[in-house]
Amino acid sequence: MERDVIYLEDVTIRFAGDSGDGMQLTGSKFSDTSAFIGADVSTFPDYPSEVRAPEGTLYGVSAYQIHFGSKGVYTPGDKIDVLVAMNPASLKVNLPFLREKGILIVNTANFTEKNLKLAKYETNPLEDGSLKNYQVFKINFNEIVKEILKDSGLSPKQIERTKNIFALGLTYWLFDLPLTETEHWIKKKFGKKPEIAEANLKVLRAGYEFGETNELFAIRYRISTKKLEPGVYRNITGNEAVALALVVAAKKANLPLFLGSYPITPASEILHYIASYKPYGVLHLQAEDEIGGVTSAIGAAYGGALAATSTSGPGLSLKVEGLGLAVILELPLIVVDVQRAGPSTGMPTKMEQSDLFISMFGRHGEAPLPVLAASTPTDCFDMTIEAARIAIKYMTPVILLTDGYLGQSSEEWKIPDLDSIPEIPVEFYTKPDYLPYKRDPITLARSWAIPGYPGLEHRIGGLEKEDVTGVISQDPLNHQRMVELRAEKINRIQQDIPDAELFGSEDADLLIIGWGSTYGSIKAAFDRLTEKGYKLAYVHLKYLNPFPKNLGSIIEKFDKILVPENNLGQLAFILQGKFLKPVISYHKIQGRIFLSSEIENKILEVLNQKGR
Amino acid sequence: MTTLVDKIIQTKPISAIEYAPKDFKSPLEVRWCSGCGDYSILSQVQKVLAGLKIPREQFAFISGIGCSSRFPYYMQTYGIHGIHGRAVIIATGLKIARPDLSVWVVTGDGDCLSIGGNHFIHAARRNIGLKVLLFNNGIYSLTKGQVAPTTQFGSPTKSTPYGNIDYPFNPVALALGSGSSFVARTFDRDPKHMQYILERAGRHNGFAFVEIYSNCVIYNDGAYDLFTSAETRKEHSIMLEHGKPLIFGTNNDKGIRLDGFTPTVVSLADGKWSVNDLIVHNEQDSTLAFILANMTYNPELPRPFGIFQAIQKPTYEELIAKQIEEAKAKTPDTSIETLLKGDSYWEIK
Repeated sequence: MERDVIYLEDVTIRFAGDSGDGMQLTGSKFSDTSAFIGADVSTFPDYPSEVRAPEGTLYGVSAYQIHFGSKGVYTPGDKIDVLVAMNPASLKVNLPFLREKGILIVNTANFTEKNLKLAKYETNPLEDGSLKNYQVFKINFNEIVKEILKDSGLSPKQIERTKNIFALGLTYWLFDLPLTETEHWIKKKFGKKPEIAEANLKVLRAGYEFGETNELFAIRYRISTKKLEPGVYRNITGNEAVALALVVAAKKANLPLFLGSYPITPASEILHYIASYKPYGVLHLQAEDEIGGVTSAIGAAYGGALAATSTSGPGLSLKVEGLGLAVILELPLIVVDVQRAGPSTGMPTKMEQSDLFISMFGRHGEAPLPVLAASTPTDCFDMTIEAARIAIKYMTPVILLTDGYLGQSSEEWKIPDLDSIPEIPVEFYTKPDYLPYKRDPITLARSWAIPGYPGLEHRIGGLEKEDVTGVISQDPLNHQRMVELRAEKINRIQQDIPDAELFGSEDADLLIIGWGSTYGSIKAAFDRLTEKGYKLAYVHLKYLNPFPKNLGSIIEKFDKILVPENNLGQLAFILQGKFLKPVISYHKIQGRIFLSSEIENKILEVLNQKGR
Repeated sequence: MTTLVDKIIQTKPISAIEYAPKDFKSPLEVRWCSGCGDYSILSQVQKVLAGLKIPREQFAFISGIGCSSRFPYYMQTYGIHGIHGRAVIIATGLKIARPDLSVWVVTGDGDCLSIGGNHFIHAARRNIGLKVLLFNNGIYSLTKGQVAPTTQFGSPTKSTPYGNIDYPFNPVALALGSGSSFVARTFDRDPKHMQYILERAGRHNGFAFVEIYSNCVIYNDGAYDLFTSAETRKEHSIMLEHGKPLIFGTNNDKGIRLDGFTPTVVSLADGKWSVNDLIVHNEQDSTLAFILANMTYNPELPRPFGIFQAIQKPTYEELIAKQIEEAKAKTPDTSIETLLKGDSYWEIK
């Protein structure tokens, strides 16, 4: 039947169900397809920290949100346009995010008395009129897949499991998206189990046809896509981007790669990916603890590897002593902290930006080190390579901050041409006049000599050492000199990093300073308000220690500075201490990124305030 | 892919393999207390290394914190003086990155068994090719005399003025229980025995653990005298030798016989038992190793020294190399370009 087609610039869809309903998979496949057609994509997997929370419960709800389109896709989206809810609990948890008049597709099969009770519904929302503000489509997915696959020979349980694929087919129809990408994936994934592959393909197409033939839906949507520049594209999460970048950085430095790590949410995928790169000669150790993760990496760095460790907040707390050692040894090391909500165990699967202070200051003694932050999932790739470059060039540990949101969510990525990524020069010292702590006059980096080369046998350690020779020394003046040299070395990195980029104009009424994953929300709000004629300026920091050298002169030009952060104002504190200029700190600490509307409202509020 | 590290290994100048012990002495003045057992260990290690026919630049000594952990500074080899308890895991990272090296760990009873206990048991479990020398003086000396995980039960120390109520670790049993493929015990006062044990450890392929009783003259003087002094050791110690019966005593007139699973002392003088009734030591017998290790704190039995266990199993570094080789063979295209593309990619023209 012919339907009206509505053209949209962008749409946000959320698949929600029980932890075992396959929502993460459904969402990631939808996201692959939407990127495949050339849309900008930003995703947000939202899942509980329990492995399989009891079925039907509110805390067991797992969801995956995809924002895609041609314009303003910087975040996974503020409000949902389409919600697919597989059971009462997922409806209850996610309905508050659905915009008014939004599309709600409900799998009615699970709206049993028991499940309603588990979801704390007193009456059935599908019947009590409480959903009248939405366009509700009630479909019994379970019954339909049962009918489709009745001759498939699969068990009832296997059949039921395909219901998410049905939902996927249906939403593809709704947005006029092709099935090819997912079909290709199913064939590859279940290549060894043809009956499962066949069943899933059948159900996927049935979902699509259900939309086509059923009169339930009067409208279809078509998302406008933008013309992407030519190249090879894929979807990528921040965690995978980090893992790939480590491999590329090692290649560019022509060093073996070593990752020492310990499982921790939401950073574990970095370990998983690296572990799967065996065919590329990558070395890794799942250490016995977080301390082992960092210290094994220090050992590997001494041996000449590009060494890295990946973790999240609680792990970073444990790595602190190792970082102090790496600072005094002056060996290259990359530490990736996928920040999560703390303190202590906090909210393991939820994002936060509260590890800035520990990264800057969380070591005893004077132990400065470079701190970088990635702003988007794909930026995780670039900033990991940058971390490696700085670590090697300056012989220092580097902390790269990402977070649970960046690590887990994905966006489309133009795969870089390897030749376009600069080499990272490394030269192991081999001359017989080796002095372990003799420094390059410009970078102040010491030179790197590795075991196995005759005549350069030397010892390094955590005890203070004499300038140049590296012989242990407790001399008071030497200690001060070494402390100052180590600090000056980090300061000099400022000469080697790009200036901060200023969006907007220097005579704007307000400067917004962001860092890390707030980029998407701030940029979306900034663009919208700028379009409306507000005079705004925006700087997004990727280098937090040292800061870009032009940051001070930018800050000087503004009377009003707003710093949105997912912490209690850690960057705001550092900026004020460094530049002696008051800033307005705006914080959100809910385990979720800012909505762009929240930033927008805050900007308007600040602009309307008289004076400061 | 040949990395810069491979290039260094492949193109470095060829160096000697004939050394004198002094070639392993660093210019740094040794600063242990006069009479410390660690002097003897340093000297034996330098002697043994000189005879291993391994180029000097291939050695790396890694330590943690404590008196013993100053060791790497005194060795003219590569080395790291690390942080408390972490020597074994720093060394693990080094050995994974550089399986070509001979990596030695020098650690103390506090460093290895208290703060570093976790790293120790896991390194042993992995059978990573490290030589771990545990200088056991039964006390925290560098921090001036607190109770350690191997301090004798009941001993007063600065932090246990009313006596130690922690039962001590038996490091040999712990190493065996953790899967260490080479486990031995020796002591500071017998250079020849120590040299033999160190040489065997040096040649062992896999994780080698050597507990060395080292007398602390300041805080725990004489703690091991009963087992190590010339006057008493024949009565109170027994030297394990592969293929030989367990005989001890001033006149070699006693032996160890298994009564069921229980080792017991029997006299060889009263005619009731002969050498044929005694346990014959077998380094490859893991069950026996546990039984012998458990003799350690039994006051009725002599304390065993020697090699408790020396078995072969694939090492961690060999298994890594094997996995990489097999994974490479199974992957038709190991270019990074392909890796970057992942499972699903598309092209825009």
